[in-house]
Amino acid sequence: MGQKRSTFLFSALCFGMAFLYIPMLLLIIYSFNYSKIVPVWGGWSLRWYKVLFESEEVWSALTLSLKIAVMNATFATLLGTLAGLALVRFGRFKGRTLFSGMITAPLVMPEVITGLSLLLLFITMAELIGWPGERGITTITIAHITFSMAYVAVIIQSRLAGMAQDLEEAAMDLGSKPIRVLVDITLPLLAPGMVAGWLLAFTLSLDDLVIASFVTGPGANTLPILIYSRIRLGLRPDINALATIIIVVVTIGVIIAGYLMLRQQKQRERDMQMAAQEVVKLDA
Amino acid sequence: MSQQADNQDRPWLDPDAEPFIKVQGVTKKFGPFTAVDNVDLQIYRGELFCLLGGSGCGKTTLLRMLAGFETPTSGTIYIDGAEMSQVPPYERPVNMMFQSYALFPHMTVEQNVAYGLKRDGVAKADIAMRVSEMLKMVELTPFSKRKPHQLSGGQRQRVALARALVKQPKVLLLDEPLGALDKRLREQTQFELMNIQDQLGITFVVVTHDQEEAMTLSTRIAVMDEGRFVQIGTPTEIYESPDTRFVADFIGSANMFEGRIVENGADHVVVRVSDPRIEFFIDHGMSIKEGTKVWIAVRPEKIKISKNAPTESGANQIQGTVLGVGYLGNLSTYRVQAGSAKVVDVTHPNQSRPKGDRHAVDWDDQVYLSWDPSSAVVLTK
Repeated sequence: MGQKRSTFLFSALCFGMAFLYIPMLLLIIYSFNYSKIVPVWGGWSLRWYKVLFESEEVWSALTLSLKIAVMNATFATLLGTLAGLALVRFGRFKGRTLFSGMITAPLVMPEVITGLSLLLLFITMAELIGWPGERGITTITIAHITFSMAYVAVIIQSRLAGMAQDLEEAAMDLGSKPIRVLVDITLPLLAPGMVAGWLLAFTLSLDDLVIASFVTGPGANTLPILIYSRIRLGLRPDINALATIIIVVVTIGVIIAGYLMLRQQKQRERDMQMAAQEVVKLDA
Repeated sequence: MSQQADNQDRPWLDPDAEPFIKVQGVTKKFGPFTAVDNVDLQIYRGELFCLLGGSGCGKTTLLRMLAGFETPTSGTIYIDGAEMSQVPPYERPVNMMFQSYALFPHMTVEQNVAYGLKRDGVAKADIAMRVSEMLKMVELTPFSKRKPHQLSGGQRQRVALARALVKQPKVLLLDEPLGALDKRLREQTQFELMNIQDQLGITFVVVTHDQEEAMTLSTRIAVMDEGRFVQIGTPTEIYESPDTRFVADFIGSANMFEGRIVENGADHVVVRVSDPRIEFFIDHGMSIKEGTKVWIAVRPEKIKISKNAPTESGANQIQGTVLGVGYLGNLSTYRVQAGSAKVVDVTHPNQSRPKGDRHAVDWDDQVYLSWDPSSAVVLTK
């Protein structure tokens, strides 16, 4: 019985892993394919990497995407943190429930609708006040901020809720005015949440195709828009190369983050064990 | 003159003494719930005052109002003559030690203790000196560069104490200061706390639910229930002369008998109890009408237990059967069936060693219980 179940679990694991990783593996392999027609094997080669690096279009799309992602992440973290603070720490103000409901709406709203409504807003604004005159990097950034801010607010909210309020009260008791408490205590303790929020906002922005294609204008192609428009004309080997590079970068990032987190946790455990052992020694 | 000298340690008895903390008609409501209900309280300089009560009795809310984290719905609070109820916590001459200690996890022990002084704009050299002095007092000098998570529970407690004391507040508020420590550390810390209070002469207000802690620490105790004070007094007063059945039962344990006043003399009162059928003779007069329903409380350790009948028969004694013996080493507790339904608890110090396994009083023994006329307390509510 036990044997049977473990075979079942093992095969389920294998299928799951295969389903997740075989497509990526294929992509990586085909990125080294010499042949111009993707599914036909033409031998190992770095040809498409060379094509990719020589392509002006890809580079400018990548720069645009990174620019938007950084701006978006920074502003979304700022606004999302403020929203989270307002929701958790400012007590019960009028309309709090409405506010907390509305701030999470972008999380559940279909992207198509968010994109469409933002496009309508930009067009109306251009008609009325003449800004934004041209859609592009600014409109995409604004659009991204609106939805990634909601994610940041949720992260900050949950971190704040888990953070005991007595630390802030203690600071106030020791003579800090509320703004000082925010700078000295709340923000340093929120820092990990803000970093997580920034990274999430960055990723969301880098990843977004739907909203960006609604609000973009002539000439402003983000990386996802570029990839999608090229793929529409059929599979292309240089896009495989680009995807492989992205996979490698992400993998390295995840490994570094995981290593740092593990090290920090181990250090913490060691510290706590040391403190406990000292007490035992003193008692003896 | 002599009256004043007598009351130096007991300012609450001196009618001319000015209270240091004055709480007047303070009520705190959270929505429909009244946490603190129109209380008055005077605490004097240098006292170690305990607010004692079960959970939800309003003691913590009252403490938080003293600290400034809550504003009273109505009423006023004076600290050292200044009206405080609308003053924010960062402007009060008061510091608090939190139940959770609330140490800043991103600062070292030193930085934690220095924080309050820094906010007050004390000169750097002064800060360093006062922090190291304070750390020396709580014996944490070797740990000054550590972060809170690198400390044991007892050490964290001392950092919290040092941080709250370093600003030399007029009043130190302590929320369950020993609650998170194990029993041995508690007892040790308890005396340390009293020493520090004695050294610095700062007024301490302690919130606790632990009656033992309150009894050993405090100059006076206020027993709270449902947002009101049930009784305020010294530990001895609270224990030996409780005002109500609630206090008698909450502090220590008490055998409670329900009866009626049958005789009310100038220097004595007699109370007749129906179950078990006994008469209590109390050796002081009371202003109660005959026939009034009262309760008698007798502490278990005030009852004598013996297998021999007392030489005189009469009031303040009953006969019973031992239902159970709890041998605790230094003392034994006995449960004695006295009336048809009444079980009386008696504790007795084990002053002589039992012979072999035979105890002087054992299961199923017929025993006589008796007590002094001054031991029983008459309660009217």
